[in-house]
Amino acid sequence: MATFKEVSPNATAGEKLINWIDNRFPLTPVWEGAWGKYYAPKNFNWWYIFGILATVVFVIQIVTGIFLTMHYKPDAASAFASVEYIMRDVPWGWLIRYMHSTGASMFFVVVYLHMYRGLIYGSYRKPRELTWMFGCAIFLALMAEAFMGYLLPWGQMSYWGAQVIVNLFSAIPVIGPDLSLLIRGDYVVGDATLNRFFAFHVIAVPLVLLGLIAAHLIALHETGSNNPDGIEVKKNLGPDGHPVDSIPSHPYYTVHDIFGVSLFLIVFAAIVFFAPEMGGYFLEFNNFIPADPLKTPLHIAPAWYFAPTYSMLRSVTSEMMYVLIACVLVAGAYAGFKSNLPKPFKMAAMGGSLLLAVAMLAIDAKFWGVVVMGAAIITLFFLPWLDNCEVKSIRYRPDWHKYMYATFVFMFIMLGYLGMQAPSPLFERLAQLGTLFYFGFFLLMPWWSKIGKCKPVPDRVTFKPH
Amino acid sequence: MKKTILNLLVGTCLSLGMSVTVQASSAGIAWDKAPIDVNDKASLQNGAKLFVNYCLNCHSAAFMRYNRMTEIGLTPTQIKENLLFAAEKVGETMQASINPKEAKELFGAAPPDLTVIARSRAGAGGSGADYLYTYLRSYYRDDTTTTGWNNLAFPSVAMPHVLWELQGERKPVFEEKQEHGQTVKHFTGKWEQVSKGTMTPAAFDQAVGDLVNFLQWMGEPGQAKRTSLGWYVLAFLSMLAFFTWRLSKSYWKDVK
Repeated sequence: MATFKEVSPNATAGEKLINWIDNRFPLTPVWEGAWGKYYAPKNFNWWYIFGILATVVFVIQIVTGIFLTMHYKPDAASAFASVEYIMRDVPWGWLIRYMHSTGASMFFVVVYLHMYRGLIYGSYRKPRELTWMFGCAIFLALMAEAFMGYLLPWGQMSYWGAQVIVNLFSAIPVIGPDLSLLIRGDYVVGDATLNRFFAFHVIAVPLVLLGLIAAHLIALHETGSNNPDGIEVKKNLGPDGHPVDSIPSHPYYTVHDIFGVSLFLIVFAAIVFFAPEMGGYFLEFNNFIPADPLKTPLHIAPAWYFAPTYSMLRSVTSEMMYVLIACVLVAGAYAGFKSNLPKPFKMAAMGGSLLLAVAMLAIDAKFWGVVVMGAAIITLFFLPWLDNCEVKSIRYRPDWHKYMYATFVFMFIMLGYLGMQAPSPLFERLAQLGTLFYFGFFLLMPWWSKIGKCKPVPDRVTFKPH
Repeated sequence: MKKTILNLLVGTCLSLGMSVTVQASSAGIAWDKAPIDVNDKASLQNGAKLFVNYCLNCHSAAFMRYNRMTEIGLTPTQIKENLLFAAEKVGETMQASINPKEAKELFGAAPPDLTVIARSRAGAGGSGADYLYTYLRSYYRDDTTTTGWNNLAFPSVAMPHVLWELQGERKPVFEEKQEHGQTVKHFTGKWEQVSKGTMTPAAFDQAVGDLVNFLQWMGEPGQAKRTSLGWYVLAFLSMLAFFTWRLSKSYWKDVK
């Protein structure tokens, strides 16, 4: 414990109170460490707003969620009616519900943009690997949270979306059928499913999210933030011991973020008040029909934020399997003949790829679709070790990298679009192309990221005074 | 970065182009634009009257309370005297007169609840109101169905043409076309009046418009309040954004 501090008798009441607390609880050190004297690079641009926006949306979801649980009934017979009760009879219930439904989609909007920021500025690279990985875990938990929350209104899309996704697990060999039974708690999605999804949605996953967010921030504050130039500002310390290119978060980023949050709230309110359904993307039209286990909708589409991964899942047809098997064999052959790995590893890689190829031939494509969907997310965790470019930031990467990233964005949006459409032969080919590009982008990154000439990285950050 | 934006734009245009083709190939006829305005109280009141008289016998609106109609300019007494057939108190929800089980036996399908029907029927072809407006005006005689009625917007629908006395009987005009060596019948968008209804075609369209307007309003009775409140919220947030922008600027001028 620090020594007991006395405060001047002339101090203000506020100072006396803070001193009283500081002698019993590290209020000032915690505040200064977390934000007040947390030094951040001064050259952040607007891409750096999405972290705080994600926090704001998280708080909105928690607060509106608490009020929704006061009126919502997790019961297959009354769930749909209780949502309409919230929309009609609960004072301001419609506002709370629309904020929650809009918040769900906006969470993904800001998280996708936040991740893209990390991608283009190399924020995942040494020494911020753990920050990135905790972030990926947050994304994964968020997907679980959204998926289970989506069942709760108990509309047709809720019901059949859950039915389709839980059924996917039954494609896993041996344990699949029992696993999907365990998830559902019944042979079809039903009351038991609704109750357990409710429990996960309102307490289990939010707790995990909260813990992961804390870990994400602790890791970030240990290394300090990256910046659009991808320069380590800590290499250039000033006489006060702080990086010369950094400024304290408070007040500079406080006022900056309040402005950014205000702008975001304008967008958020515009959606909540004028287009809460967002053309059927935030609230799907079909979900205004109560769940009917006997009536399968003609077209079951996932929520837009799952559409890219769902598209990848659907692209794995038995034809696509041959392409994937070829990829696995080529990778194995490369590891065996061309790589610099020690001999036992070479043998293991070749043997492993052969075994995998056999398994891919033996097990149904549906299962590999699930594997591909999972791999699309899991691959992200390894990004810090896939990127071999000399520089971090897109600003100093070879020009052709920019086209690569642009194509990646295009393919990702295309996959999202295709995931929401009814299947067709052309769309299937496009989704397969998108899937191969997505995995090629990440898994071939160790090679392609080295190609081309990087531009010289300056010693100091690029900053234009406002 | 410019390239990224360009690519995003190209992507959006592409997807828009694709959605148009998808729309054109979907089943059913094209939807007409519903002439609705949820702020038009006279229209909503007329729609409410048509709704309780023609729809509520078989369909329920189980999340809709009768006294919510005070928001479209009716007094509780007016509601009680003119619109309350199947309930005792104005605070009750709108239940169907017919027993749902009986209805299912009669029509082969349980009549769906209509509270949020306008919200659920939107799609690529237009809003839910557009669909309902088209659907309620697309009935024609068909002796092959059990009810003797069929519908161009909802082929083989279980519901008969409840409003037929008002509209009269109509026949869709088809033209025959050769497609892939086969003769295909195409709806021309035109109708032929077979027998007169109690309403003129224009008056009938207006009445259906009012009914659909009511269905749209009932889907979310607070929708007009929501949008009008929205302007105040946006005005406040814009002011907040302006001041926080100036605040941010004034601090950041110190950062060199």
